[in-house]
Amino acid sequence: MTDVTLVRETARPAMREPTQWERLRSNRDWLGFWFMVPAMGILTLFLGYPLFLGVWLSFTDTKIGRAGKFIGLENYEWLLDDRIFWLSVTNTLIYTIVASAAKFAIGLYLALLLNKHMPFKAIIRAIVLIPFIVPTVLSAIAFWWIYDSQFSIISWALRKAGWITTNINFLGDPWNARWATIFANVWRGIPFVAITLLAGLQTVSPSLYEAATLDGASGWQRFRYITYPILTPIIAVVMTFSVLFTFTDFQLIWALTRGGPVNATHLMATLSYQRAILGGNMGEGAAIATAMIPFLLFAVLVSWFGLQRRKWQQGVGND
Amino acid sequence: MTNSKFSRRSLLKGTAAASTGILGGTDLLQFATAWAQDAKWKPEAGAKLNVLRWKRFVVAEDEAFTAMVQAFSKATGIEVNVTNESFDDIQPKASVAANTGQGPDLVWGLHSLPHLFPDKVADLSDVADYLGKKYGGWVPAAEGTCKKDGKWIGIPVAFNGGYMNYRVKAMNDAGFKEFPKDTAGFLELCKAMKAKGTPPGFALGHATGDANAWLHWVLWSHGGYLIDKDNKVSINSAETAKSLEYCKALYETFIPGTASWNDSSNNKAFLSGELYLTSNGISIYAAAQADAAKGDAKMKAIADDMDHGLFPVGPVGKPQELQLCFPILQFKYSKVPDAGKAFIAFMMEAAQYGPWLSAAVGYLTQPLNEYEKLPFWTADAKRTVFRDCAKRSLTAAGIGQMDEKAASAIADFVVVDMYAAYCTGGADLKGAIAQAERSAKRLYR
Repeated sequence: MTDVTLVRETARPAMREPTQWERLRSNRDWLGFWFMVPAMGILTLFLGYPLFLGVWLSFTDTKIGRAGKFIGLENYEWLLDDRIFWLSVTNTLIYTIVASAAKFAIGLYLALLLNKHMPFKAIIRAIVLIPFIVPTVLSAIAFWWIYDSQFSIISWALRKAGWITTNINFLGDPWNARWATIFANVWRGIPFVAITLLAGLQTVSPSLYEAATLDGASGWQRFRYITYPILTPIIAVVMTFSVLFTFTDFQLIWALTRGGPVNATHLMATLSYQRAILGGNMGEGAAIATAMIPFLLFAVLVSWFGLQRRKWQQGVGND
Repeated sequence: MTNSKFSRRSLLKGTAAASTGILGGTDLLQFATAWAQDAKWKPEAGAKLNVLRWKRFVVAEDEAFTAMVQAFSKATGIEVNVTNESFDDIQPKASVAANTGQGPDLVWGLHSLPHLFPDKVADLSDVADYLGKKYGGWVPAAEGTCKKDGKWIGIPVAFNGGYMNYRVKAMNDAGFKEFPKDTAGFLELCKAMKAKGTPPGFALGHATGDANAWLHWVLWSHGGYLIDKDNKVSINSAETAKSLEYCKALYETFIPGTASWNDSSNNKAFLSGELYLTSNGISIYAAAQADAAKGDAKMKAIADDMDHGLFPVGPVGKPQELQLCFPILQFKYSKVPDAGKAFIAFMMEAAQYGPWLSAAVGYLTQPLNEYEKLPFWTADAKRTVFRDCAKRSLTAAGIGQMDEKAASAIADFVVVDMYAAYCTGGADLKGAIAQAERSAKRLYR
């Protein structure tokens, strides 16, 4: 058998040049391209197209139920001196910055606590996830009762304790309402930050801590020079998501205040919904939604450059 | 199926239909069959009718509606498929249907729905004329809401009335024997009630129904209007300024927290016995009665002690109210236009409409004058004020011409925010009006 094969081999004519088609067929980049096509198609269809459509709508006077004409920047011109719109921008920034910072601080603290050895670790970790598991609308309704102007449990308890005489006006006063909604958002958002950071903490090799302890590092130094640098890429990812979720929050505000009192808690997302869907002015609502893009882009870029610095992720040494 | 339908029908016959007095005790199905035989609109053979409607507030209303649909199906052989959607979702769904040219044949929504896509909806003037002639004519707000360029682009099936809800004893203790009929007397009542520790409270938050209703009354009763007869923005007026001052004086008598109230807040506060005067539909009374029937003594006390009053008349000298209209429309794309028209006409015939409206126990009010005579309106005197809500209402556009912008202004809380900003100290008088004027100009540009 072997002989026969050998004879055949030698009898074959000289190797010819592979055709373009054959080259293409064996080209790994070309194959890779085809593997990417489904993902690209899905992204284009479900992300690219709606995004483009939204931006396009913002340049038209489309109403619900009626196709619009191109009107250039008119919607944006109206928004430019619209106090309610600027109020919603300010509200969104305050809401995002304060809530994200609080979620990060408390989430990181919680993650560090949960990373320690303690009894019933698994159960406690599961419990921490509860706010995240409860559907937002349900937790928002619970908060709505907690903040109710007449039936608030907090007001009731404080009144019974004799600390206050009248109910706290949680959602009726502009600043109270802002803090109340931020608190509800933080309560809901902490588990996501905490559990993700906890996952990051688990990847830190104990030998690093051992070595640091032998070198006489304090607890703070171990966190500052070991935990924090190793955790940075995960922090960047978590905080990007957290900022994006918070910036685009809708359900919580809608269930609690619908943007009131006097628009003090209107976020760009809720104002966009109110004007586009309930008010019927799709063009203007789309303009408000489109105005969110630069802020979101900025948040993404910050974390992207944050991630870029960690070259070890691509297999290169840390910088 | 047959059994449940029969029992429902007998129930209707026993409770409401027989007692309407308009048609006597005719069986719903018999009537439907007879009606179908000489109806003006002959449904297309094998027609299937898709109806999209708002989600009920009262179980009995829904049951009466279902019975009506079944009788219609049986008499005409038409399959009727009813879908329920919450208020906020009707408009987007109807819009998608209008744009794509497919979906429900009939849509039953709120306010100005047909005006959103007037060229996509069928002319229902023949149905409106038929019903108007037969049942004593339409109230002005019905015509104003559903007519465009002389054509009916929807049929106003009913209005949802909102009125003053008050505790009788608290009002008496405040020195009033009956509910004030003018705005000046009303302010005095509020002041006196607050002084007695039985405060009033009206929603100043983004409460789509309650806040819009009472604040439009405050504005209109003082002669202020968002837009004038030619739909030009006219909110910046001395009348508006006066109404703002009036509202602030009222606000000072309110229970704390009304700036955060949504549509259900006043119901809760009233039923808990902390609130003694508010504006609302009949739902507070209905809820108290329902619980009282289950043996709840506290709720019985509230139901017995409460009553309803009309919105007082202001400096304008006549009723100026905003009551919510529920128009039904038919899309032009419908392949069964006659079946749709037959259904609408059938629904508003006395044999159906009487029991159906009676089942809604005051949540809904007729736009056709003849139905004022339905006995359920006077069977319980506490319901009677709601009978007149459609007659006393302006359209959502006030004195202006109805179009979709009127509904946009309501959805965008232009008027509500103006009052809330001024009352809570968020803006001064000029600032509050200027903001509302700007918002209105943005909508009416």
